[in-house]
Amino acid sequence: MSQVFTPNSELQHLAGQPIAEIATTLTINGVERQLVIEPWTTLLDLLRDKLDLIGTKKGCDHGQCGACTVLIDGTRVNACLKLAVTLDGCEITTIEGLGQDGNLHPLQAAFIEHDAFQCGYCTPGQICSAQGLINEGRARTRLEVREQMSGNICRCGAYTNIADAVLEVLESMERA
Amino acid sequence: MIRFDYTRPGDIDAAIRSGTPVDAAYLAGGTNLVDLMKENVARPLKVVDINRLPLTGITELGDGGLRLGALVTNSQTAYNEQVQRRYPVVASAILAGASPQLRNAATNGGNINQRTRCYYFYDTDTPCNKRQPGQGCGAIGGFTRIHAILGASEQCIATHPSDLCVALAALEAKVQVTGPDGDREIAFAEYHRLPGDEPWADNTLRPGELVTAIDLPPKGFATNYTYLKLRDRRSYAFALVSIAVGLRLEEGKIAEARIAMGGVAHKPWRRREAEELLVEREPGHASFDEAARALLAGAVGQGANDFKIELGRRGIIRALAQAAAGTPQSQTDKRIA
Amino acid sequence: MNAPQKVGIGTPLSRVDGVAKVTGTAKYAAEYRVPDMLYGVTVVSAIAKGRIVTLNEEAARAVPGVIDIISHLNRPKHAWFNRSWKDELKIPGEPFKAFHDDRIQFAAQPIAVVVAKTFEAARFAATLVDVKYETEPHNIDFETSLAEKFMPGVGHRRNTYHPPKDHGDAERAFGEAPLQHAAEYHLAVEHQMQMEMHASTVHWHGDGTVTIYDKVQGSQTSKELVASAFGLGEKNVRVVNAFVGGGFGGALRPQWQLHVATMAAIHLQRSVRVVMTRSQMFSHAHRPECTYQIRLGAAADGKLVAVLGDATTSTSRFESNMEDIVTWGMMNYACSNIQGSYAIAPRDTYTSADMRAPGAATGMTLFEIAIDELAYKAGADPLAFRLLNYSDIDNMNRKPFTSKALREACHEGAERFGWAKRSPEPRSMKEGRELIGWGVATGLWEANFMKTSASAKLSADGHLEVASAASDIGTGTYTVMVQVAADTLGLLPESITARLGDSDLPTAPVEGGSWGAASTGAAVQLACQTIAKKLLKAAGGVEGRPFHDVSSIDELEFAGGYMIRRGDPTRRVGLLDAMRAGGLDVIEAQETASPGIGGMISLATKARNTHSAVFVEARVDEELDQVRITRVVIAVAAGRIINPKTARSQILGGVVMGIGMALHEETAPDKTLGKWINHSFGEYHVPAHADIEDIEVIFVDEPDPEVTPLGVKGLGEIGIVSVAAAVVNAIYHATGKRVRSLPVTVDKLLAV
Repeated sequence: MSQVFTPNSELQHLAGQPIAEIATTLTINGVERQLVIEPWTTLLDLLRDKLDLIGTKKGCDHGQCGACTVLIDGTRVNACLKLAVTLDGCEITTIEGLGQDGNLHPLQAAFIEHDAFQCGYCTPGQICSAQGLINEGRARTRLEVREQMSGNICRCGAYTNIADAVLEVLESMERA
Repeated sequence: MIRFDYTRPGDIDAAIRSGTPVDAAYLAGGTNLVDLMKENVARPLKVVDINRLPLTGITELGDGGLRLGALVTNSQTAYNEQVQRRYPVVASAILAGASPQLRNAATNGGNINQRTRCYYFYDTDTPCNKRQPGQGCGAIGGFTRIHAILGASEQCIATHPSDLCVALAALEAKVQVTGPDGDREIAFAEYHRLPGDEPWADNTLRPGELVTAIDLPPKGFATNYTYLKLRDRRSYAFALVSIAVGLRLEEGKIAEARIAMGGVAHKPWRRREAEELLVEREPGHASFDEAARALLAGAVGQGANDFKIELGRRGIIRALAQAAAGTPQSQTDKRIA
Repeated sequence: MNAPQKVGIGTPLSRVDGVAKVTGTAKYAAEYRVPDMLYGVTVVSAIAKGRIVTLNEEAARAVPGVIDIISHLNRPKHAWFNRSWKDELKIPGEPFKAFHDDRIQFAAQPIAVVVAKTFEAARFAATLVDVKYETEPHNIDFETSLAEKFMPGVGHRRNTYHPPKDHGDAERAFGEAPLQHAAEYHLAVEHQMQMEMHASTVHWHGDGTVTIYDKVQGSQTSKELVASAFGLGEKNVRVVNAFVGGGFGGALRPQWQLHVATMAAIHLQRSVRVVMTRSQMFSHAHRPECTYQIRLGAAADGKLVAVLGDATTSTSRFESNMEDIVTWGMMNYACSNIQGSYAIAPRDTYTSADMRAPGAATGMTLFEIAIDELAYKAGADPLAFRLLNYSDIDNMNRKPFTSKALREACHEGAERFGWAKRSPEPRSMKEGRELIGWGVATGLWEANFMKTSASAKLSADGHLEVASAASDIGTGTYTVMVQVAADTLGLLPESITARLGDSDLPTAPVEGGSWGAASTGAAVQLACQTIAKKLLKAAGGVEGRPFHDVSSIDELEFAGGYMIRRGDPTRRVGLLDAMRAGGLDVIEAQETASPGIGGMISLATKARNTHSAVFVEARVDEELDQVRITRVVIAVAAGRIINPKTARSQILGGVVMGIGMALHEETAPDKTLGKWINHSFGEYHVPAHADIEDIEVIFVDEPDPEVTPLGVKGLGEIGIVSVAAAVVNAIYHATGKRVRSLPVTVDKLLAV
């Protein structure tokens, strides 16, 4: 079986129906929020449109670029493919939660130092992804960093600098 | 994305009750379904969020096999100690696919139920029999680089995009399902189907049925195996052709062989006769080539995907060589072993 | 007393906008919070060509939250005359005007916008708009379109186009040449695929004015368009593009989302945001497809005696986009018999557009594959062959260069790469199952300079603000502005703020053509020099009058917050002390940098170009034809480097995109449906992280005070040029397989 396409003619009745909103509790960057969310709202659109957390970027909206990478309970995922209502009770960390001006996360500082971005649009996703990679603890070598950072497209082509930045933080953590 | 009713059942029975109507869909990791809903390709009127169901364990089976819960994520599966040690071809196949972020969200049940990546299926402004029965197939006569060379029909030439499923087919996994009529087990070869005249059906699940687990049989081919994926870029791309191989060698000869291919058909492609050709043979180019030709027998290109036949043949030979040598393909080092 | 250390031009300053970008606080076009804003989702055409017969909106309008639907049926008035559709990079023809009428000219053409209170409501309702079409025959197949190729007449050509200039008798020289090479080369359509999808947020202030946050490579080009085409008037429109998530040429021209968002805002008298989907990003700008027939003749000693090129690139049916394709090869090598021709072929798509190094990335790259083929025919080392045919002048225009350090680039690059250890025979280097190939190519791009204005304002607290309506699309413009200002006035970068990306700021062109650093930098320098002059005047009031004999700022050095008498560091005045002495709270200046008379003479008599030498190691699995690019060394001659850190990044980015051009990038047409079919980031492959291994960038020393006021040549584009050729040449050296159609995908290698 597979979901069969419902023709437009059968969908039109949906148009007039009232919208169901669902109470959802999310802890975002350490702040618990009681939200009422339409079920078709993705985590990405919730963050950007409703909560003004615009650091999480929309680069494709289909899980094909990684710009929307956030950490859910410490694990990196694409926010564009998560319906927000399914995350009731979860802890979400976005780039705004990792570090701020004056209080930069080591990855943020390393990205600046190594010029690991140009236009900056994929950058928050890259950094959240790198934090996820660190949390996973499975990348040590450059080869491993390259492969495990491959879910984040950078069209400006900063990959070698991104690898340098991530490796620097990994190595400094190992020393510590 | 259409508007839908959202439910989050607390137990499996409630989930099945909610998920049985034809306009309902089970939602797990969301990496495929949410995408398809955004593309207006999937239009479920009821979305049943199964993420809280107790299907999240990896447990040993009495027969020596291993049960992978349907809601265990692809990452959890790939990095599970038992899977890595006993079923490394499963781990390797998972890690060949998608991206870390997607694997962290995607579940095993979702993976085997993911839908084709055919351009035409995804684009609602083009005809597609899989998306909307009777519309015709835009791919046939269109741009067919990623399409099937085996088992296609005049209705549909789509391929199944999963990497994991190729390994599961080679291992002869079993899919545990539950539904309105109770539990049943589906052999992996019977789980996915060829398009035939009903290309909209990817698999043999009945209405309301829910995948609860994937059972790996005792034989894991953990010594001589590989998952070789050939694609248009080195990561984060679907396979043009992929090959999962498991071999059992005895005294320098092949005692048992499993070969499954991805990227070439509407389901992971296996043929026992190709595998049997290898039995009692010494590993080597000649026997591998024979097996490759047997597995690809009858392959037909659509033009832009003709190359898959030759690439597939060479890929099978290399995958068999990797498995026989005990040098499986790394999914990190992009040099092909 | 020693002079304080200067901090400015030539230092590897980290991006001044870095913190904003890594913390997610940098705001892009779709990220401005505007009160009571509505969301627009665009409905695009399902057909390639024809007319809209009916547009049934009933179901869509019934969706709760939907405010309105705007299409050609009810749109606000927009300008009828093409000339009112202002665009700095106007292309001859009829500009596309969203919702103009019922005509469909290309697949995924915007035809209506659903405006709702939420994005989700608009997205759903947009799927319910039921459109009926009348279709007409279409063609998007390039081969087929060649039957209609033409050369636009004088007056109908793009003003950026340079016609090839023939010399000698190339046909005859080719015919008589002992060494000949003739082949046809092809480049697939590529899309810019910037990470940020095109977006416009129109803030409707309600008093007749609007502020538009637009994804564009020049705020003033969008402002001009909106003010003119939609009748809002110059004084009422402000466009902001403070951060741009990549451009690569795709946002040089204001794109259709600006038309759509502006019309929706006018129609509803409300603030509206419209963002393209990733799929819709394929509906507009793209690098044209190209076919290029190249014939090369050489004497027995390998010296070129004939260069002939005939190229055609794709355009739309409504505009004549043109590129320089054949000129690069004619310019780059010493050859007395050269001949070129060019045409464009129209098809039923949106108009092709500039994409990173337009023309050169195609024409020079393909030419460098042909040169490589001739080098092998001549039995010569490909690098030595290029040096043998080195031209010290622009061979086509017969003009000397302001500077050309390509020879040095070749030598330094070869040295770093270890080229001398190359085994000459194809298929002669191997490790395990991988064949190893080393390829080289040389690149050529323009060193442009555009008239640009900037302002500077020094406050009594020591803070300097410099500003220009330039854009920073990742190019580092903010940082360059700060560095030039720091250099000119001897201030620390921390005390300087750069403002850009706002149409209210002093006039600047769109960010493109690699002219940004040279032009904006020169304008900032001029403005800061004017501040310096005012400071010198003010210093006259300082006790003891230490500069009583100083008549010009040229006699002063600015460093560490001081003006210092050259040759006598004891005579110094703090900038703020000067201001106090002059009774000034603030000093302001605005200046415009333009070539001037000297520059105009130089422009007429000298060629101005950047050059590169690219060395690539490819490893190709001998049976499976899987290609890895394991090493790239690129040596660039681009005049003065303002910031070695960000400059290196620009080149790295060009190389990565060049690898994409070589191996991955191809927008595939479905000829039956008349549309690009792989319109997603999943199926249009740009390089992923795992595709990119070691890249080394070298800047060779190339002092060039003549090329631009700062001696800067620009770096945004030279990094991509010919990279794909070096890759193709390396693959040939590895495998003996010569692929002449980009990208080199596995199917093409298997077929050789």
